[in-house]
Amino acid sequence: MTRQLTAREAGLLNCHVCGQLSRAGAGHGLVRCPRCRAPLHMRKPASLATTWALTLAAAILYVPANLLPMMTTASLLGSQEDTIMSGVIFLWQSGSWPLAAVVFFASVMVPLLKIIALIYLAASVQRHSRLRLIQRTRLYRMVEFVGRWSMLDIYVITLLVALVQFQGLATIQAGPAAVAFGAVVVLTMFAAMSFDPRLIWDPIAGPAPSDDHRHD
Amino acid sequence: MPAPDAHLSLPATLIACHECDLLQTEPRLAPGETARCARCGAFLARNPPDSLDRTLALTCTAAVLYVLANIYPLVGLEMQGRQVQVTLASALHILWQDGMAPVAALVGVTTLLFPLLELAMILIVLVPLRLGRVSPRLAPFFRLVRSVKPWGMVEVFLLGMLVSLVKLSHLATVILGTAFWAMAALIVVLTFAARAFDTRLVWQTPVAEPAP
Repeated sequence: MTRQLTAREAGLLNCHVCGQLSRAGAGHGLVRCPRCRAPLHMRKPASLATTWALTLAAAILYVPANLLPMMTTASLLGSQEDTIMSGVIFLWQSGSWPLAAVVFFASVMVPLLKIIALIYLAASVQRHSRLRLIQRTRLYRMVEFVGRWSMLDIYVITLLVALVQFQGLATIQAGPAAVAFGAVVVLTMFAAMSFDPRLIWDPIAGPAPSDDHRHD
Repeated sequence: MPAPDAHLSLPATLIACHECDLLQTEPRLAPGETARCARCGAFLARNPPDSLDRTLALTCTAAVLYVLANIYPLVGLEMQGRQVQVTLASALHILWQDGMAPVAALVGVTTLLFPLLELAMILIVLVPLRLGRVSPRLAPFFRLVRSVKPWGMVEVFLLGMLVSLVKLSHLATVILGTAFWAMAALIVVLTFAARAFDTRLVWQTPVAEPAP
């Protein structure tokens, strides 16, 4: 690959809202985009530390989200508690296996893979890895794109609770896993947003002309 | 507070990739073409034909569908002669009463509040632009559109509705409400609106002009 110049090497700040480039001043403090007034940063501030903190918090909450009951169904036949996984198994056994696959993927696999991917991205950036730059950028893009679909189970619970309110016949209540699971989704989304993919490419670039812009 | 140097000193076509920071010149795009980063393949810009008019038309349609999706019942259940119907707001209310306030808040923000904010902000930015009135005061609204966008999840909600209905179809008769179809249409319209929206329109207007 031919050596190409990045905005940081050229001492230019790229506005994350409108894409306007502006020269980085030598001063400190908040710099704003001359065109849209958005705050400018050479890299997202405290990107790695924030990503680590949010990802670890999500990893911890992933455990109760999967072990605690997601919902409690009370009917004439008694009451039954369901975790995310037992909900998937119920869908599978009742014959709607495409839907079981969708729920399994969105609620179990996506959050797990997302947490692993974020840990890998943060760790490789921290080690200044120069390997697989394009693949890691693609991974980041995928994490950002797919994260929202984990909200699926939260919405399913909302509707089940709201619809199944037949007093005496059947009622459904949300369980504690719903809160933990919602937190996992929100935390991983914030973690992906706070990660700056440009950090992946920084090891192969030269130093910035001004050295007062921390990026980690 | 130090101000960055005037941006006019840089060539207008010079841009940097948001994902790998590579400097490159933005190619002139024919209508319908998309520019991607030469190094990492990230999306840089698109030139949708007739962007302003189409985005405005689709956003107005979306606003009407949004209202329909919120005032009519989404889905209903019939079980042994008893019928239950829920709107989005009543579903949130039940969940809140059920002691699941954080979950209800999360659902409300992602399906009610943020889609509404996004639609409102797009209209606030684009209507003056269409009327030829450009003001740098619009910039904060557009920044709000960008920060709110990832949190509007109407399409995930629709899939969630389908999953819950399949789960319930063994238990009771499922009735799809007006709002269900309005929401399905809303997702299609929002997708087309996002594709039609050339964000550069907001910025390619001369902002250096001081307000009179």
